[in-house]
Amino acid sequence: MDMVHVKDVAHSFGREEVLKEVNLSIQEGEIFGLLGPSGAGKTTLVKMIVGILEADQGEAWVKDVKMPSLEQMKVLGYMAQSDALYNELSARENLDFFGSIYGLRTKKRKQRIEEVMNIVDLYDHLDKPVQKYSGGMKRRLSLAAALLHEPDLLILDEPTVGIDPILRQSIWNELKRWQQNGTTIIVTTHVMDEAGKCDRLAMLRDGYVIATGSPKELREKSHTETIEEAFLAYGGEKG
Amino acid sequence: MNIRALIIRILRQFRRDKRSMALMIVAPLLVLTLMWLVFDGDRYEPEIAVVDVPSPYVQVLEKQDAVIKEMSEVEAMNALQGVEVDAMIKMDQQSMQVALEGSDPSTNSAVKMTIQQAMKELGPQKSQLEPAFTYIHGSEDLGLFDNVGPVLIGFFVFFFVFIIGGVSFLRERTQGTLERLLSTPLRRWEIVTGYVLGFGLFTLIQSFIIAAYSIYVLGMWMDGSFWYVLLITFLLAMTALTLGTLLSAYANNEFQMIQFIPLVIVPQVFFSGLFNLDALAGWVQAIGKVMPLTYGANALRNIMIRGKGIESFQSDILILIGFAFLFFFLNIVALKKHRKL
Ligand SMILES: Nc1ncnc2c1ncn2[C@@H]1O[C@H](COP(=O)(O)OP(=O)(O)OP(=O)(O)O)[C@@H](O)[C@H]1O
Ligand SMILES: [Mg+2]
Repeated sequence: MDMVHVKDVAHSFGREEVLKEVNLSIQEGEIFGLLGPSGAGKTTLVKMIVGILEADQGEAWVKDVKMPSLEQMKVLGYMAQSDALYNELSARENLDFFGSIYGLRTKKRKQRIEEVMNIVDLYDHLDKPVQKYSGGMKRRLSLAAALLHEPDLLILDEPTVGIDPILRQSIWNELKRWQQNGTTIIVTTHVMDEAGKCDRLAMLRDGYVIATGSPKELREKSHTETIEEAFLAYGGEKG
Repeated sequence: MNIRALIIRILRQFRRDKRSMALMIVAPLLVLTLMWLVFDGDRYEPEIAVVDVPSPYVQVLEKQDAVIKEMSEVEAMNALQGVEVDAMIKMDQQSMQVALEGSDPSTNSAVKMTIQQAMKELGPQKSQLEPAFTYIHGSEDLGLFDNVGPVLIGFFVFFFVFIIGGVSFLRERTQGTLERLLSTPLRRWEIVTGYVLGFGLFTLIQSFIIAAYSIYVLGMWMDGSFWYVLLITFLLAMTALTLGTLLSAYANNEFQMIQFIPLVIVPQVFFSGLFNLDALAGWVQAIGKVMPLTYGANALRNIMIRGKGIESFQSDILILIGFAFLFFFLNIVALKKHRKL
């Protein structure tokens, strides 16, 4: 069964055609990377999968249910590209709020809040108001909020922007660990060495998916040494 | 459960954002006080001539904030013409006639207030006697300032709730948390309900403080039930909140939200009874009919000035509830723009 299926999606903002024809299948339990230049429509596509943007044409399915679906939203964790946090509130209050929305009971909620804050290494800042957080700390808190309810499908829009290499490494280790527990993960990224850590990649450009496959396949097919070169090679072929 | 989470979050945000909280409560009190200073100042002590008024009545009148002078009718008329006194009270067995000098509305209302207060103190039997007012200059219609107080209470509640409610919902959209909420299993109606109830709790407190301050501290003319006043201000606040959050969908930033003030708020002031519209064309008067503040102000005037019972303003209540529900549903529909479910 496909975890996510995107079928013939096209979308425009005004006269700008952002997605022309996009088809994707993402399998259960894989880490799937979405690559593409700035403005390629990665965020747009991801929002369609999450169910907060309706495509002009085509549809997005999660576990064989067409999005948007409130049932599927319960098992989906979304981290937006811009941090969606309540700045006046402390980290704990933010997480408490999101946790209650997902129906976590008081005790479980408290326990999960401590767990996820440990994962993103913010445990010592639990009661600090978010407006006193640095950019990278906010990013990590957003990630924590997406993890809170142990979703089956995790959709992360550029999760590691503004996060230092050591922490980035440890977050990737966590992603791998969740994958082993059966979580399917979609990440959008600009960072090529991160792309190399994904099981499969899709390159988005000019409204089309110009290539899909494992990092190895992509390198071999384009006869290049690195993902970065492959990316440029595919882009060049098209343009 | 979901709605409760939203309410708790909104109240927590209020607790953190002391300035917005102050704006909603202290600002209306401040402006009302300033208005009161301008319109009311030291309450004017009217000078009233009494002609053939039985002594029990005179005693009660003297207890009010007024200067009472016993005169003959001729003396009194002369004094009235020369504006040495503001009014003359004449009594016989069946009737009580009050002649007012009439040219200054605030003096007129001061006289009326004195007499009505005195009648109240006399108790139900004696106050059966309806005073009949006549005017040497001007007419009853001049008592415009009487209308101002209740309208101001309604207006300030409406204004500040509109702004704060609208801006915080707008912020929810611009900071991305609205989208984040829509990526959770929250339903659209739950989001709107959470907002209405979270703010509702707060506006209830706000309405209470503003109404109590105006009536008991500023001594605004009050002839009816405090609870009715609270009910109407609360309904106005709910209408303002739902209208504010609705319109915030059409603003891209806080400044654009402020731009709604001249479009949505200011016209309501003109049509809410602050100015007399009786002489205007029907279609002009009809504009006021689509404005929530018209109904709130009308109800507040009936309660506070005329001391009327619920039958005189129940249609206003229903219309305000109607407005609030209409805006509430339009809010839910407006969220469809983001997620159709
Ligand atoms: N709400 C919107 N209204 C109008 N245009 C939009 C909107 N959202 C995105 N766009 C446009 O759609 C295009 C794709 O945007 P999108 O955010 O999906 O890109 P992206 O691939 O995520 O880029 P980045 O890597 O910079 O985040 C951009 O050209 C952008 O201008
Ligand atoms: Mg993006």
